[in-house]
Amino acid sequence: MTEFFQQLINGLSLGAMYALLALGYTLVYGVLRFINFAHSDVFMVGAFAGLYVGRSFHNSSVGNGILIKLLSMLLCAVLGIIIERFAYRPLRQRSKLTVLITAIGVSLLLENAGQLVFGANPQAFPQVFPAQQFTKGDLIISSKDIVVLGVTITLVALLQFIVLKTKIGTAMRAVSFNAPAASLMGININIIISFTFGLGSALAAAAGILWGYKFPKIDPLMGIAPGLTAFVAAVLGGIGNIPGAALGGLLIGVIETFVRGSRWSTWTEAIAFVLLIAMLLFRPAGLLGKLQPEKV
Amino acid sequence: MFLSRPRTCLLVAIAISVVSGAIQHHIDPYFVDVLTSIGINITLAVSLNLINGYAGQFSLGHAGFMAVGAYTSAALTMFLGPKLFPSAAPTVVTMVWFLFALLAGGCVAALAGLFVGTPSLRLRGDYLAIVTLGFGQIIAVIFRNIEGLGGALGLNGIPANTNLFWVFGAAALTTYVVTTMVNSTYGRGFLATHDDEVAAQAMGIDTTRCKVIAFVVGAFFAGIAGGLYGHFTLTINPKGFDFTRSIEIVVMVIVGGMGNTTGVIIAATLLTLLPEGLRTLAGMDIPLPGREPLSLRWIGELRPLLYSILLISLMLLRPQGLFTWRSRRVKLKAT
Repeated sequence: MTEFFQQLINGLSLGAMYALLALGYTLVYGVLRFINFAHSDVFMVGAFAGLYVGRSFHNSSVGNGILIKLLSMLLCAVLGIIIERFAYRPLRQRSKLTVLITAIGVSLLLENAGQLVFGANPQAFPQVFPAQQFTKGDLIISSKDIVVLGVTITLVALLQFIVLKTKIGTAMRAVSFNAPAASLMGININIIISFTFGLGSALAAAAGILWGYKFPKIDPLMGIAPGLTAFVAAVLGGIGNIPGAALGGLLIGVIETFVRGSRWSTWTEAIAFVLLIAMLLFRPAGLLGKLQPEKV
Repeated sequence: MFLSRPRTCLLVAIAISVVSGAIQHHIDPYFVDVLTSIGINITLAVSLNLINGYAGQFSLGHAGFMAVGAYTSAALTMFLGPKLFPSAAPTVVTMVWFLFALLAGGCVAALAGLFVGTPSLRLRGDYLAIVTLGFGQIIAVIFRNIEGLGGALGLNGIPANTNLFWVFGAAALTTYVVTTMVNSTYGRGFLATHDDEVAAQAMGIDTTRCKVIAFVVGAFFAGIAGGLYGHFTLTINPKGFDFTRSIEIVVMVIVGGMGNTTGVIIAATLLTLLPEGLRTLAGMDIPLPGREPLSLRWIGELRPLLYSILLISLMLLRPQGLFTWRSRRVKLKAT
């Protein structure tokens, strides 16, 4: 039983990071209806931003940790906005396939540039938050898991607040619902899309730092696997649906962790995709999504 | 274009492949290697072009089909072959067995294509891309878990059966089949599916069937290319057929122009030559009078960047591909 709870905690903290990443996919899909392949590499850049900013702070305290986090999130938000402005915006009227291929290109560009700039070897991530272990009976709870879950819950709550309660969030939902109509109502679509990219990229950076904090080695290709899994999480929850992405992330994190702990551990990497294919076959709209018939 | 007379082209290409196979031993081995890579890449790119270009689907899992073909044919020539023909089999037997292994690899890959295609082709656009990507990933995990096929280490010591004859023969056959197929009455359905799926359905075309057939045929030739690749590099492992490999093939199709076989052949050739050329360039030093020679080593380091920049700038500036001049069929749907 202890082992079960231990795995559950590990799974939830892995899932929380997937959830943060999945939110970025879902947000962008919500307004632009395309898969931002480069998102997983913004996550990588976020982790490296955390690494370089973190190295300039010598002692680790909660305050410093939050500062490092906010700085990296800001950096990645800017990066996301730049990517959208120069790679995706010129293609907005073109076919989705063109945008998808461009996104793959941007993803490769970030990975290769990352290998040139940061070096291809894994680097140790600095201790941005103080770490400690709590034991309760046989159960070991690391403060890392608490930080990961705490940060994720805070950010998801904040995101829900922005999307549901603020003016810009209302505008985001309007653009997602019907972009031309929203633009007729006086919403500047370009600003909303930039904002969405910034928001999603900031969340990716947050996930990247948590990833580095939890699994202390990072490298320029670290984003690929978690990125794909997080995308699957977003589809699982119903793409375009914020609580769905969070739920999907947690679910996949927990399932992956349990499989990794079982004797089928070598199959872990295939799990997400098996889930994805099953999901698309039986419930293509996702767990919390609504199926929209395609209009001709 | 020259592909307007496919049968003549096929005969000429096969004649070329016979001749090149015969004189292979008199050519510099480095050139033979480069030519072999070109032939394999043409087979891969042309077969992917059937799926991504003509049928208008977007597959990111071509390397997965390639892996299936490579493993199947390698298993046949490595494990089953020696048992059937014990020692010192004549060359003819080896060649026939190799042909059989290649075809078997292609068929198993086609089956895999059917298996993936049937459920997932009900999906569209980016979902399909992700499912095929996931399929490629799953294939790699499956091969990693089969101990009999070497697990994560892969297979080593595959017999070196691939030569220029097989490679160019396969490339010619792929091109012939894809071209004639697309130009047949039946193949018009692919183009219709690509241009407007709803309208095609309204005209009574079974679009799902068209897509599945495109997928199966594309996978078959990818499997054959995989077999050739395995018997060329003599060692295969699951890592060699990952996402990056699929992307390489996709880039060839995009650079050549989706739905433009001639362009794709040119692109596959150039993109195989490009790294070789850059490697030579990176090894050169430009002598400057009175100063240290200018080293070009940075070109080698920037090579991976070049691919991504090429991809992005093509999409922004010339989405119909570099080698598509006529805009008859290439108008990308603005949805």
